[in-house]
Amino acid sequence: MPQLSVVGGKKESASDRLAARIAAEEDRGLLRFLTCGSVDDGKSTLIGRLLYDSALVLEDQLLSMERDSKRPNATQGGEIDLSLLVDGLQAEREQGITIDVAYRYFSTPRRKFIVADTPGHVQYTRNMATGASNCDFGVLLVDARQGVLTQTRRHACILSLLGIRKVAVAVNKMDLIDFDQARFEAIAEEFAEFARPLGFELITSIPCSALRGDNVTSPSPHMHWYHGPTLLAHLETVDVSHRVTNAPFRFPVQWVNRPHLDFRGYAGTVASGSIKTGDEVVIHPSGKHVHVARIVTADGDLERAEEGDAVTLTFAEEVDASRGDVIAAAMPETAPSVSDQIAAKVIWFDEEAMLPGRAYTIKCGSQATTATISALKYKLNVDSLDHVAGKTLELNEVGLCNISLARPLVFDPYGDNAETGSFILIDRFTNATVAAGMIEFGLRRATNVQWQELFIDKSARATLKGQKPCVLWFTRLSGSGKSTIANTLEKRLHALGRHTYMLDGDNVRHGLNKDLGFTDADRVENIRRVAEAARLFVDAGLIVMVSFISPFRSERRMARELVGEGEFIEIFVDTPLEVCEARDPKGLYRKARAGLIRNFTGIDSSYEPPEQAELALSTSNTSPEPWSRCWSTSSGVATSSSQNLQALGRAGMAFPGGIFVPGGGDGGVGVDAVDAGMIQHFPVIGEGELVGGLGVTLFRQACEQTPCRGELTFAEQHLGALV
Amino acid sequence: MKHRLSSYLRQLEAESIHIMREVVAEFRNPVMLYSIGKDSAVMLHLAMKAFYPAKPPFPLLHVDTTWKFREMIAFRDREAQRLGVDLMVHTNEQGKREGMSPITHGSALYTDVMKTEALKQAFAAHGFDAAFGGARRDEEKSRAKERVFSFRNAAHNWDPKRQRPELWHLANTKVKPGESMRVFPLSNWTELDVWTYIYLENIPVVPLYFADKRPVVERGGTLIMVDDERLPLDPGETPEMAKVRFRTLGCYPLTGAIRSDATTVPEIIDELIASRHSERQGRVIDHDQTGSMEKKKQEGYF
Ligand SMILES: Nc1nc2c(ncn2[C@@H]2O[C@H](COP(=O)(O)OP(=O)(O)OP(=O)(O)O)[C@@H](O)[C@H]2O)c(=O)[nH]1
Ligand SMILES: [Mg+2]
Repeated sequence: MPQLSVVGGKKESASDRLAARIAAEEDRGLLRFLTCGSVDDGKSTLIGRLLYDSALVLEDQLLSMERDSKRPNATQGGEIDLSLLVDGLQAEREQGITIDVAYRYFSTPRRKFIVADTPGHVQYTRNMATGASNCDFGVLLVDARQGVLTQTRRHACILSLLGIRKVAVAVNKMDLIDFDQARFEAIAEEFAEFARPLGFELITSIPCSALRGDNVTSPSPHMHWYHGPTLLAHLETVDVSHRVTNAPFRFPVQWVNRPHLDFRGYAGTVASGSIKTGDEVVIHPSGKHVHVARIVTADGDLERAEEGDAVTLTFAEEVDASRGDVIAAAMPETAPSVSDQIAAKVIWFDEEAMLPGRAYTIKCGSQATTATISALKYKLNVDSLDHVAGKTLELNEVGLCNISLARPLVFDPYGDNAETGSFILIDRFTNATVAAGMIEFGLRRATNVQWQELFIDKSARATLKGQKPCVLWFTRLSGSGKSTIANTLEKRLHALGRHTYMLDGDNVRHGLNKDLGFTDADRVENIRRVAEAARLFVDAGLIVMVSFISPFRSERRMARELVGEGEFIEIFVDTPLEVCEARDPKGLYRKARAGLIRNFTGIDSSYEPPEQAELALSTSNTSPEPWSRCWSTSSGVATSSSQNLQALGRAGMAFPGGIFVPGGGDGGVGVDAVDAGMIQHFPVIGEGELVGGLGVTLFRQACEQTPCRGELTFAEQHLGALV
Repeated sequence: MKHRLSSYLRQLEAESIHIMREVVAEFRNPVMLYSIGKDSAVMLHLAMKAFYPAKPPFPLLHVDTTWKFREMIAFRDREAQRLGVDLMVHTNEQGKREGMSPITHGSALYTDVMKTEALKQAFAAHGFDAAFGGARRDEEKSRAKERVFSFRNAAHNWDPKRQRPELWHLANTKVKPGESMRVFPLSNWTELDVWTYIYLENIPVVPLYFADKRPVVERGGTLIMVDDERLPLDPGETPEMAKVRFRTLGCYPLTGAIRSDATTVPEIIDELIASRHSERQGRVIDHDQTGSMEKKKQEGYF
């Protein structure tokens, strides 16, 4: 039974002791470090050893470690396995490897430590980077038997990229090579040679045995030839004081605090430098100059706030700042950069490779916008540190990229300020964090970005043509009927006196895009060019039909964002694969099945159906007018066939505006489909509510241009009305 | 009286405040899980600071299993009133109707129904997309592995093998409908940091943390407090009045007391430094099997 007792002399009270401890802590300083290196080099064992020898392991933790060390799959054959103190996940204990970072907090009389024990396995490199990103110091382990491996070099590169300037190389498992001095020196020499271009300020090599405890917390009795510090002694004394002492003031606005009309404060954490009340500051990117009125905290107003303080600022002047703005010192020479094109080192974390041209969400401080990798300048060979040419970055690869942004970003180079110079990239569909980046510099200053002023603009051209320009983007598998529908539609529009243009996948690949193949990267570039071409035609005032497989949602979204609101109409030609394959008008499916064509969408390359197309057409009932069976928009659907409804339900499309079920067709079937549970999340609306219920802005805009003609069939009416 | 914080505690405080503001800025409908213990007390105190002069722009949620210490419930209501925050209490009503009890149903099933399930119900009912929790990485070795922004799928599961990378202070806060984020602003605090902060900031905590004479019975080496008449006593078992306190607070039949004379925070800290046991040892549910905390978390336990 736990029986706790109070320690210490009688005279001194508990609160005196506490006050003394707090005072001692103030002088002690903090070191954040990580252990890294190749898999199985002994990182977790080393941390376990540090904690164990510093008597920081509690009794119940010790018991559970001893119990687990004896389990059948234990790696140390019944001997106590210190890595179990940090490898806290079930899967880690079963496989004997580290999967994700473990954080441990401990202190010695000289220093306080936060250690991140990171995984060595190449598959989990992103977790190593996670652990390293907030550290000031790295302990890189090398297994004395194996020497410096590719993964050792990769981790060294990442440490250097993240700005860690000092490392210790712990040459571990010396017990297994008879504490051989020559071998230790050879490894230390090899690493120093390799790491020279990485620019570490200090590399300290320490021979040790994590398992036996040699040179971890106490000097080894087996290596009298070594006169350097033990690992712990080094950790306690190494100087990692901050690089920049009087950095310029940076304050990313995190949240606007507006509890009532008389208070408007800007909450955030000072990223660097300091600020006093009365100081003049600049709000970027707007460039407005204001003065700090108050530095508000719950413990009373401050005179001054400095790096790391979480405060709320108010200004003397009326201003409108918001989340994402960066408040900086009002000295032009130290102003942050503002640019919509940047060059950055990127570490790729995702199984799916980086695709130039694809749009990602970028998050930099409290700013978020859309980013596209415009070029991969080079990638890094982690073994030789050579720069090699490449088109994409695969999992764990590092490269220098040019990135263009939908909105200008306020930043500093990472080397000057890690808080305002770092970012992550997020996949816009899976929401995975796919990369981390460190900004090198801006490629052009946003203030210099000026569009050539044009006197005749889009609306002038459109007015002359008497139409509203737009892109009708047809997407789906080969053979789904995209081109047929687009062609028929174009004929009809032409007959109505509309000015149109058609961009067809096959045709464009014969010209503009004849240099592109069918890899994912080339497909993305293919769509990017077509989207840009479509944008030009819309600008020219035309109704543009684009008929491309365009299998990925992110590229279609990119195309959508190139044109104005309401100018992009995504048309999902929802023909099932079996039907396309049965039709096989160009014999391509047969070839793909025979393995003659690779990367064929639907066969060995995926198609991502739209989540919210403006229009979904079903052509599976062989009808002379293919679209006549079904009509839907992002806010509603109308159909005359239950199969169509079911297909839409299966495609996972949402129609918050409701389903319209007209009379005729197989009548009432929409209701059956709803009853059958195929479609749950949208209400059925009646015929009379069609226009209002669908509520599509497109519909209204379209009606202004093209009078609905009563003699057209139901679907033609609306498709015609769309344009 | 308030004391000056050490620069390290100020750093921890600022980091937690930063995390809370990030959640409020990025999520539609956040909630703070308030479990009444010392960590929740610190978390709530930090929330009062983070949004000052505004009140925290989210409600507190207490998942009431109906087996909490009575003093905890009284403290909860007092604090909510004192601070003027919006407190919601959720109980798994079906579990309550079925008489779910840690004594008759075993701690595993009981925890699942009255905590994990109850939490999911509250999420479903209110459509929360983010929830603050007071967990710390130094509490337990699977917690030591968890991100500050910890993603949960639509079934509230944690997938420890596929956590999102979390670099610098940049959180990926994206969730799809139904998915959510558990956010742990105290991730980097240790038990000692929490107590020191409570002392320096003069934060009220439930009196059960301080030693006092309380009726307890000893079962399998654990001291259980007889908080009400629902705890069945074995024939011949009589509660003993002992000077005890709690290192962690939960459902009273599942929470072990320790014999102690510590009646002030500095005395608690003295004990803590002298102690050779980790705090979760007092929690019966963590001992069911090795890796049990991780398993519960995967299933949606906080
Ligand atoms: N003989 C000997 N064995 C060691 C030493 N250090 C670690 N080991 C053993 O090496 C194996 C791997 O140790 P870990 O600590 O799990 O290695 P790790 O570097 O943390 O591995 P990952 O985290 O999976 O990359 C275990 O069986 C350890 O007991 C050492 O100094 N000498
Ligand atoms: Mg390890």
